[in-house]
Amino acid sequence: MSLDKATVRNIANLARIEVRDEELDHLAGELSNILHFVEQLAEVDTDGIQPMTAVAALTLPMRADAVTDGGYPDQVLANAPEAEEGFFTVPKVVE
Amino acid sequence: MAYIIKGETGDWEIVIGLEVHAQVISNAKLFSGAATLFGAEPNTQVSFVDAGFPGMLPVINEVCVEQAVRTGLGLRARINLTSVFARKNYFYADLPQGYQISQFDLPIVGEGELILDLPDGSTRTVGIERLHLEQDAGKSIHDMHPSKSFIDLNRSGVALMEIVSKPDLRSPEEAGLYLTKLRSILRYLGTCDGNMQEGSMRCDANVSVRPVGSTELRTRCEIKNVNSIRFVQQAIEYEARRHIDVYESGGEIRQETRLFDSVKGETRSMRSKEHAHDYRYFPDPDLLPLVIGQDFVDAIKAGLPELPDAKKARFMAEYGLNAYDAGVLVAERVSADFFETVAKGRDAKIACNWVMGDFFAALNATGKTIEDPPVSAADLGQLIDLIKDGTLSGRLAKDVFALMVGTGKAPAVLVEEKGMKQVTDSSAIEAAVDAVIAANPDKTQQVRDGKTALLGWFTGQVMKATQGKANPAMVNEMLSKKIVG
Repeated sequence: MSLDKATVRNIANLARIEVRDEELDHLAGELSNILHFVEQLAEVDTDGIQPMTAVAALTLPMRADAVTDGGYPDQVLANAPEAEEGFFTVPKVVE
Repeated sequence: MAYIIKGETGDWEIVIGLEVHAQVISNAKLFSGAATLFGAEPNTQVSFVDAGFPGMLPVINEVCVEQAVRTGLGLRARINLTSVFARKNYFYADLPQGYQISQFDLPIVGEGELILDLPDGSTRTVGIERLHLEQDAGKSIHDMHPSKSFIDLNRSGVALMEIVSKPDLRSPEEAGLYLTKLRSILRYLGTCDGNMQEGSMRCDANVSVRPVGSTELRTRCEIKNVNSIRFVQQAIEYEARRHIDVYESGGEIRQETRLFDSVKGETRSMRSKEHAHDYRYFPDPDLLPLVIGQDFVDAIKAGLPELPDAKKARFMAEYGLNAYDAGVLVAERVSADFFETVAKGRDAKIACNWVMGDFFAALNATGKTIEDPPVSAADLGQLIDLIKDGTLSGRLAKDVFALMVGTGKAPAVLVEEKGMKQVTDSSAIEAAVDAVIAANPDKTQQVRDGKTALLGWFTGQVMKATQGKANPAMVNEMLSKKIVG
């Protein structure tokens, strides 16, 4: 599978990565190469085989329903570019 | 009755599917140990996991899993012993991770059903497509600053159950009944408080229309986050009309997300969501598949309470109530319990009439809730006992009930205090009857001449003369004996 420029532009937009038009050809080539590399896996016959989700035979561990975290708004907001009255603030996003 | 919309080219019907986001009742969040209480100071119930800090790992809350399974069982749905969490990718200011952990291919609950109780007492079964667990986003507040939005992440990471119906609903009314019934089941189960104002139950409606008789599914539009049952119904009505107008003027409906404006009563396109359907789901590499045992499910099943449908059937069989009355009483667990306390050891139909009639009216009039009722179930039961043993007539009982609402006193106490005991002493009643007959010779003659309808007037006069305390049955009997003979 090869990617065209329009697809790369769409992927960049969905990922909120700014890509200049002159970079698109190069990126399309690189991404296509990655896809071609991974496509080699399709040569293996996997009929009737369950997808593997982890290397070790583990299941999801569960946690008790207890409040053990939170209560540190200052730390949560410490890296915020902007904060006011305990809230993160961002440019207005509203319909 | 089928709900049909008249168009210029013919009759149309609506096809509706609802997606309900129900906030799970739990102490801590789905994947972190932060608290879930509503109304806390901003960002005080946020862990580094919920804020999307790098390197933090989600660990699932067992109770949230239990609640999802419990809800699935309440909807008679298939429970998937293996389910998978996936990332739903999109950008929004209140989604710090840049993705929502949700379930896609393999939800924890599969197909189930929900029974609608229609106003005429009949029922209709609506299919449930699936129920999956996912994280809630944070909250954006847009009215605190002219150019900024304020973000509170307290809700970020709280567990939600997304409950998706099949496109089986055919009218705004059915959509309302579906939401009412779903909320009732969630409350019985204790898995969600169902509070739409606080946003712990939110609804998206998928709406399309088609000509009556057609079985096609046309392009649908999704109306997002409508926060009351009435608004859901209004939004569906508006949206269906819009589709019909577009089709009849030769246009096409574009699949899109729309917003309901409750002030204008209309839906409008949400431009920012145009690309949002490309969520690029993939299995969350931070989370292994969720595997639960059949024993885990069985233990939850064993602890399920009696649910509204079963309770309704029992009320009809055990107490002889009709489908409508039983449906109203079981809608809330507290009202069902209240009725059962009143009915215990008494005539259930009389108990039902009092609860559905005077008691519900008193709730409305006083603005009180059934959790803090103006008259307790025990006192109402006692009042019914006083009618049964002849202390009170039905009419006096209504007066006593009004006093009970006003004073909160027990009926026996009021009867004693106010001397409201019914008079069943035949000589006392006879004296009153004789006096009324003696004072109205003309009317007495009219009755004797065949105008028997006037007897009711005589009863009224005797009741008035005895301040309503005379036993009405005895009064009637004596009047007809003395006048008609």
